[in-house]
Amino acid sequence: MAKDANTLTELGVAAIREGVAGGDFSAREVAEAFNANVAAASELNAFIVTTPEKALEAADAVDADRAAGKPLGKMAGVPIGMKDLFATRGVQTTAASHILEGFKPEYESTVSANLWKAGAGMLGKLNLDQFAMGSSNETSHFGNVISPWRRNDGGNAALAPGGSSGGSSAAVAARLAPAATGTDTGGSIRQPAAFTGITGIKPTYGRCSRWGVVAFASSLDQAGPMAQDVRDCAIMLEAMAGFDPKDATSLDMPVPEWEAGLNADMKGKRVGIPREYRMDGMDQDVVKCWEDGIAWIKDAGAEIVEISLPHTKYALPAYYIIAPAEASSNLARYDGVRYGLRDLPDGAGLQDMYAATRAEGFGDEVKRRILIGTYVLSAGFYDAYYTQAQKVRTLISHDFKNAFTECDVILAPTTPTASFPLGDKVDDPLAMYLNDVFSVPASLAGLPAMSVPAGLNGDGLPMGLQLIGNAFDEQGVLNAGLALEQRAGFTAKPDKWW
Amino acid sequence: MSEYRIQGATGEWEVVIGLEVHAQVTSNAKLFSGASTAFGAEPNAQVSLVDAAMPGMLPVPNRECIRQAVRTGMAIDAQINKWSRFDRKNYFYADLPQGYQISQLYHPLVGEGHLEIQLDDKDPDNTKTIGIERIHVEQDAGKLMHDQHPSMSYVDLNRCGVALMEIVSRPDMRSPAEAGAYVRKLRTILRYVGSCDGNMEEGSMRADVNVSVRKPGEEFGTRTETKNVNSVRFVMQTIEYEANRQVDLIEAGEKVVQETRLFDPDSGTTRSMRSKEDAHDYRYFPDPDLLPLELDDAFLDDCRASLPELPDAKRNRYENALGLSAYNATVLTAEVEMAARFEALLAETAKRLGKPEAEVATQVANWSLSVAPGIINALGAEADLAHNTPAANAAILEMQSAGTISGGQAKEIYEIVLKTGRAPDEIAETEGLKQESDTGAIEEAIDGVLAANQDKVDEYRGGKDKLFGFFVGQTMKAMQGKANPQVVNQLLKDKLG
Repeated sequence: MAKDANTLTELGVAAIREGVAGGDFSAREVAEAFNANVAAASELNAFIVTTPEKALEAADAVDADRAAGKPLGKMAGVPIGMKDLFATRGVQTTAASHILEGFKPEYESTVSANLWKAGAGMLGKLNLDQFAMGSSNETSHFGNVISPWRRNDGGNAALAPGGSSGGSSAAVAARLAPAATGTDTGGSIRQPAAFTGITGIKPTYGRCSRWGVVAFASSLDQAGPMAQDVRDCAIMLEAMAGFDPKDATSLDMPVPEWEAGLNADMKGKRVGIPREYRMDGMDQDVVKCWEDGIAWIKDAGAEIVEISLPHTKYALPAYYIIAPAEASSNLARYDGVRYGLRDLPDGAGLQDMYAATRAEGFGDEVKRRILIGTYVLSAGFYDAYYTQAQKVRTLISHDFKNAFTECDVILAPTTPTASFPLGDKVDDPLAMYLNDVFSVPASLAGLPAMSVPAGLNGDGLPMGLQLIGNAFDEQGVLNAGLALEQRAGFTAKPDKWW
Repeated sequence: MSEYRIQGATGEWEVVIGLEVHAQVTSNAKLFSGASTAFGAEPNAQVSLVDAAMPGMLPVPNRECIRQAVRTGMAIDAQINKWSRFDRKNYFYADLPQGYQISQLYHPLVGEGHLEIQLDDKDPDNTKTIGIERIHVEQDAGKLMHDQHPSMSYVDLNRCGVALMEIVSRPDMRSPAEAGAYVRKLRTILRYVGSCDGNMEEGSMRADVNVSVRKPGEEFGTRTETKNVNSVRFVMQTIEYEANRQVDLIEAGEKVVQETRLFDPDSGTTRSMRSKEDAHDYRYFPDPDLLPLELDDAFLDDCRASLPELPDAKRNRYENALGLSAYNATVLTAEVEMAARFEALLAETAKRLGKPEAEVATQVANWSLSVAPGIINALGAEADLAHNTPAANAAILEMQSAGTISGGQAKEIYEIVLKTGRAPDEIAETEGLKQESDTGAIEEAIDGVLAANQDKVDEYRGGKDKLFGFFVGQTMKAMQGKANPQVVNQLLKDKLG
């Protein structure tokens, strides 16, 4: 029995997969319903490119497989949004930059290939902060993504969907896609998930291959799913993850069956509350949300332990040295020689071409980070900045290592505030960078971390709670997330205005 | 060898030389990609997505390149670092798609080692040890072609990403000759190990030449670095030119500028490329795409076990165990192919003769070093070297050793072998290139000679020893020159009493 399209687009990954497998509706119906939502939501600017035909093609293949009685993949019949940082064969891949505008790779990233193999289809390429650098999705060459959420004050100020995976968060929150890929370098999955009332997990560094993902900061970049709930994240992460010999930093470990392992019973588990995350002048709604989270997790049977992560305050400065340093080098390849934008003024030599191409092709935030990165790696400054930052990184890893002798998983807010109006922080990069204060430490330590929607603030905007686990313990993070999800009962959705 | 000194207006100057040799690692694939490394392909035919630095591409270390560098390190008796790391050297150039070269600055794969150079071919004991500071592994760059278009340059990325070993010497050399000997010795070792083909014409080996001058005993002077010098002769010319240029500068009251220079093979001179002031800031930092390189004992054991006998050890063995002259041992071991040919022939010959190698080594060495090359050179294009097999050579040496053929016949047979590929035994038989060792036939001839010259026999027996040569000559004549002279001598002595 065909369902009505509005109902179909309310479904998540698990429900779609089961509905398709059980014959409740066809994959094509699902794809058509989401294609229609995508087409009707151009005001959100969540997509840079839409690929309705790809979604249909994948859906038809799943329907055909089902009809033929063939086994279906983990994501069979689920159309998803693909962050435009993942290379997709034959489909423009830009990292939301002008310098890669029009670039169509002849290769497919490992993560997206894994998803297609699992039966997912592509609705389109999602907008993001340019080269994943930003926390509000205001640095894209293709314009800001607008959050589907609005404050409950009756105003219509456009709000930030978070960044850098802002297209992903907006698309899932607005039901343009049941799920989307994200990438997280310092919080780029968790912060936008928190801002839009959805769930997102960054796995342990190395779980998802970086091959074919446009690099921002190689030692931090990690892909992960963004979806409506914990189960959907578990399903999609299973499909995305896996050892990839083409990525030298890929984890050579089997992918656990996270979905099958989901268990919200926290009895016997110790949940750590990091003292240092309680900061002066913290948003009271966020404090309250965190307290709720502590109560819920206790209710689920966990023991609460206070822990210390003493080097937390150094994490943000260290991150804003290491990430730009790597980025300044990673982005050197965009030089106008082999692909992408080339600006060759009359009579220009090689150096002039580099300067013109890069001046034209990179946005301000990208240039800022290239300059910072170049500066901190320069002779005479390297030890004071880069070496020092690496030492801090090691200390932060040790902090977590020590903490995980006392607890199994850590509970903290995802962000210091809920979403803010677009334009509010664009002139104050430091205030913008503070968005990452709770998410960056887990990134520096390469640990799995997740944001789960936990409530609305006084303005009616979503807030997220973050769970940080020990290396390779995505299951512990997902289970604690499920315990919170069941008790938070978060069902709020943005009112459709687009 | 006398000390090398530059005679300046203010007295003698000593030259201080250090070399950074870039050696292309012998491997089928590039250092961090699967693209082929074969020389001479069409431009950009051997470029992977990684080499072209497409967005999202990642380097994966090629274990074979690491293995070759480790084996090279072991061959120069160097410290092998079980933990090393790749760094990025950042700069912009059209032949460098990534915008950085993956190299090893802070933690190289191979540490301190050394090699021994011979200062005099004729005197193997006159040696000097040259320190090697490190060997690190890095990517080669692509190649710009400026002659394809009137206003544009083309880029060929075939070489881009090919593995290089940078072998950095200590500033231990003091003359162009020492530097030349160092490069030659290094090349020999690399070719023995099989880690680099040493082909300087194709650019598989090139040297950055660091030169400074000082008054003997004083502190090191300011050095210049002349880049990418691609032959032993040019390395020596560079040093000679640079040393004299620096002496002239200093004696004229000027200063040597620390700078990078280029060698011009046509004029034999160097010219400034860039000075330290406008040197790049390469912003080295550990490559975050790569984990540190950690080597386990099993890997190192395997590398060590796969090392061949190295040139110094081989030379010693040739001298001490095979009893060859120092000169022969040196010449035979200078090229790995030469040594291999010699050993194959030695083994074959010893086997055929049923004798220990030491007993036939001198004969085989003489044949290999003087007789055979002489004939091959004389024949020129007429010689087909495909016929020059150890089996054919050994067959000739065997016949010679057994007395079946004379030295002269051996050469004649060898000529025919080289021209036609026919079997030596068959040639000896068919062409009558054999000497008679059958005592019966020789005895018969001797008896005839003695009977016909009874008067001379009497004179000989009367004390005229010189006549012995006459009897030999007559016997050989009777045998039509094909008697084994040793047998003839022996039988004549017996019969004449």
